[in-house]
Amino acid sequence: MNKNLTWKLALIVGILLAFLLGIFGIPKSFSKQGLLASMTDRIHLGLDLRGGTHLILQVQVNDAVNVDADNALETLKEQLRTKKINYAEITKPDPKNSPDRIVLKGVPPESRSDLLTIVQERLPEYEATPGPENSWVVSMKPQMLAELKNKAVTQAIETIRNRIDQLGVSEPVIQEHGLGQYQILVQLPGIDDPARVKDIMQSTAMLEIKQVLGGPYPSEQAALQDKGGVLPPDAILLPGHAAPGAETEGQAWYLVSRVSAVSGKDLRDAQPSRDQNGQPSVSFTLTGEGGQRFYNFTSAHINDSLGVVLDNKVQEVANIKDSIRDRGEISGGRMNEQQTKDLSMILRSGALPAGVKYLEERTVGPSLGADSIRAGVRAAIIGMVAVLVFMLVYYRGAGINADVALILNLIILLGFMGYFGAVLTLPGIAGVILTVGMGVDSNVLIFERIREELRNGKTPPSAVDQGFSHAWITIVDTHVTTIVSAAILFIFGTGPVRGFATTLTFGLLANLFTAVFVSRVIFDWILTRKQRGEALSI
Amino acid sequence: MEFFRNPSIDFLGKKWYFLAFSLVFSVAGVLSMLFWHGVPWGVDFRGGTLVYVKFSHTPDDIAIRASLDRVGLRNFKIQRYGQASNNELLIDLAVQETSEQALDRGKTQIINALETNAPAGKLDLNNASSFTIKNFLMEKDPLRLGTDADQKYTAQAQAIVNFRDKVQGGVFGSIDQLKGIVDPPVVAALSDGFFVSDFGVRNVEIVGPQVGGQLRKQAFLATVYSLAGMLVYLGFRFEWIYGIAAVVTVFHDTLITVGAFSLTKTDISLTVIAAILTLIGYSNNDTIVVFDRIRENIKLMRREKLSDIVNRSINQTLSRTILTAGLTFLTVLALYLFGGEVLHGFSLALVIGILIGTYSSIAIAAPILVAYQDWRLGRGRRAVAVPSKAK
Repeated sequence: MNKNLTWKLALIVGILLAFLLGIFGIPKSFSKQGLLASMTDRIHLGLDLRGGTHLILQVQVNDAVNVDADNALETLKEQLRTKKINYAEITKPDPKNSPDRIVLKGVPPESRSDLLTIVQERLPEYEATPGPENSWVVSMKPQMLAELKNKAVTQAIETIRNRIDQLGVSEPVIQEHGLGQYQILVQLPGIDDPARVKDIMQSTAMLEIKQVLGGPYPSEQAALQDKGGVLPPDAILLPGHAAPGAETEGQAWYLVSRVSAVSGKDLRDAQPSRDQNGQPSVSFTLTGEGGQRFYNFTSAHINDSLGVVLDNKVQEVANIKDSIRDRGEISGGRMNEQQTKDLSMILRSGALPAGVKYLEERTVGPSLGADSIRAGVRAAIIGMVAVLVFMLVYYRGAGINADVALILNLIILLGFMGYFGAVLTLPGIAGVILTVGMGVDSNVLIFERIREELRNGKTPPSAVDQGFSHAWITIVDTHVTTIVSAAILFIFGTGPVRGFATTLTFGLLANLFTAVFVSRVIFDWILTRKQRGEALSI
Repeated sequence: MEFFRNPSIDFLGKKWYFLAFSLVFSVAGVLSMLFWHGVPWGVDFRGGTLVYVKFSHTPDDIAIRASLDRVGLRNFKIQRYGQASNNELLIDLAVQETSEQALDRGKTQIINALETNAPAGKLDLNNASSFTIKNFLMEKDPLRLGTDADQKYTAQAQAIVNFRDKVQGGVFGSIDQLKGIVDPPVVAALSDGFFVSDFGVRNVEIVGPQVGGQLRKQAFLATVYSLAGMLVYLGFRFEWIYGIAAVVTVFHDTLITVGAFSLTKTDISLTVIAAILTLIGYSNNDTIVVFDRIRENIKLMRREKLSDIVNRSINQTLSRTILTAGLTFLTVLALYLFGGEVLHGFSLALVIGILIGTYSSIAIAAPILVAYQDWRLGRGRRAVAVPSKAK
């Protein structure tokens, strides 16, 4: 019995050391600062304790679908022309809600099989369904549509991560969020300037080069008037800056082609530089394939105008004097040096495949974070001391037992957090406090049972035995149900709530060990040192 | 020391008093939720903008209300936050219905409105980021540094921000307070480009209308799953009636807690929901302890009436119940009193929940068991509260 006991005590000390290691790692020094530093290295503080920004964005996946469908429409038009298939009209009736739906009207029945072949061969992600009166609906296959949307989200996450990396944020969190809503969660600890971060993230940096068909117009109405009240189907109106030196300063409107000659994914590099006037500008280079397409476009449109469009705003318009292969510049002197640096970085990190909309924004100032830590730790210490003192007073000798178990509990809990890299949030600190209260419940259950057995006349060893065995089932029941609750909280909760669920779960697991095993070992050890018939201090 | 030596209180006999007590509080809560204060959903669930602002002096509510009115804001509430000596206000702006506007438009409008004494062209040092301060110093270059400028000015800007946030609690009184923190030429340069307003923004929460609905749904699902899990687990470990009794008990606890939030007009945020789910777990624990003892006693005291067995079980576990509740209550009370304003709603839910949760195991769960048993016996069916298999 004695040898068993020695092994058990050694095991407990071993576990204590192992979890102390989990909290502190190998500390550089044993001073207060050194220990604190080692601890904060391993146990990370959540946003609500450290200060920082929390954002939830929604990727506007329909943008990405629109771009793909626009290209499909152009391909379809071209093919219909080359195969000499007549049609009355080809449009996208509802680009906002059904971005992938292309309606083709007036196709003669004899061209049916040709049309189907075109779609099958040239637009394999699409399918054509016949409609009333010789019309067809060409839309994306549902699986392809879902894939495209999900890809847009994954790509957006990558791009945002690239941009945030370049800002030098430590431990950012960028991940998909929610269920099936195309949302992204971004958490940036220590960032006290959400406006700049949002600018950098939000900029789609959708760089496109489109043919300019008309403009600059002083207003949208003027442009419509010029075109007889209705826009041509393959053109859109985009705002831009007035040409320098024009009478109308400020915003001007341009009529540009819907489809781009070159787009963001053809971009290979972008660097800040100076233009001919010495003003800050951004010069960009295209990929080989993009360059080829650009060359074809410019060769076919000599003496036409092209516009550099950034985020659906015309940045500048230039005349095509010569075919250009792969270089371009965005200037106009409207950016300062920092802005050209930011813009180059955005362009380099890749274009966002679609726009993003902000759904939620929380900014915790560092002053609040510091206050929260202070308050949380203070409450934890007060709560814990109250419980420790009470147990000593109410259960005397056994109270020491409970207190040792409680302190070991805390060490194991913090050690778990250190090993798992769990994040400590303010509700997490509350979870620690709650664990203390609920953990001591196990001890109370056992001790009360032991007292009852002693009252019924059992000897101390027998009472201890009975106490533990009867209380065991109840302890397991209560712990399992609370851990299940915590698991549900973890699944459905975000940040701070998850921190609470984590500390609660770890604390209860630790408690299962300390309340049952450690307490028992300590009792056994005390019993071996007692004489026969000597009372148990409880 | 021992509080309860050998209690033998007739709990079940007092069940009508308990019922009355529960009814009074439940009805009060429900009436408040329906007709008086409604259910005080926090910003997480109804959407909106919350801006927590700390002032360097006692804030003038009326003047602030006027400034916000002037920039065209409607549908806002201003309330004191925390202790009066903190000089903190919470500005609560209702959710903008049109999703076309930028999410943070409300926040920018509020901050602009509060900067009443802003001299033209100067930035607010109390609300500037370390990045903005660094950029300014790089342009002005008061220390005439050459290539080393970026690192040095980043450090200086960080020192300023740390002093403001960690030492001063988020608000400067004047730029002169920086005299010991950064070099004098820097202080002089700062006075050129910055002014010091009388407030600092401590915390911002903006929730769009879409997210609010999502979170409501998630909270609801989490609660339903918890209750279902409980029902299944208890039905499996005991008998179905035990599970149902536990669920009714927990429902009673939640109703009274949410009612209390409605009566005191305390906001229900996400962390409050977490607290409520936790107290569901806690109340369940408590109920299980009593049920375990009842089950054990049923095996031992086969010939006695169920109500006597239940009474005895409650008395036997009374010591443990009161002690545990007391100890947990101690810790949660520490949290409520000392844990700070941010956890206020969370700790209130736990304080109420623990009291009611303990009470309900004795006053609601046990009587339900007996009542059900009596009802079944009254209709001539056999006793079912006795578990059929020895578990």
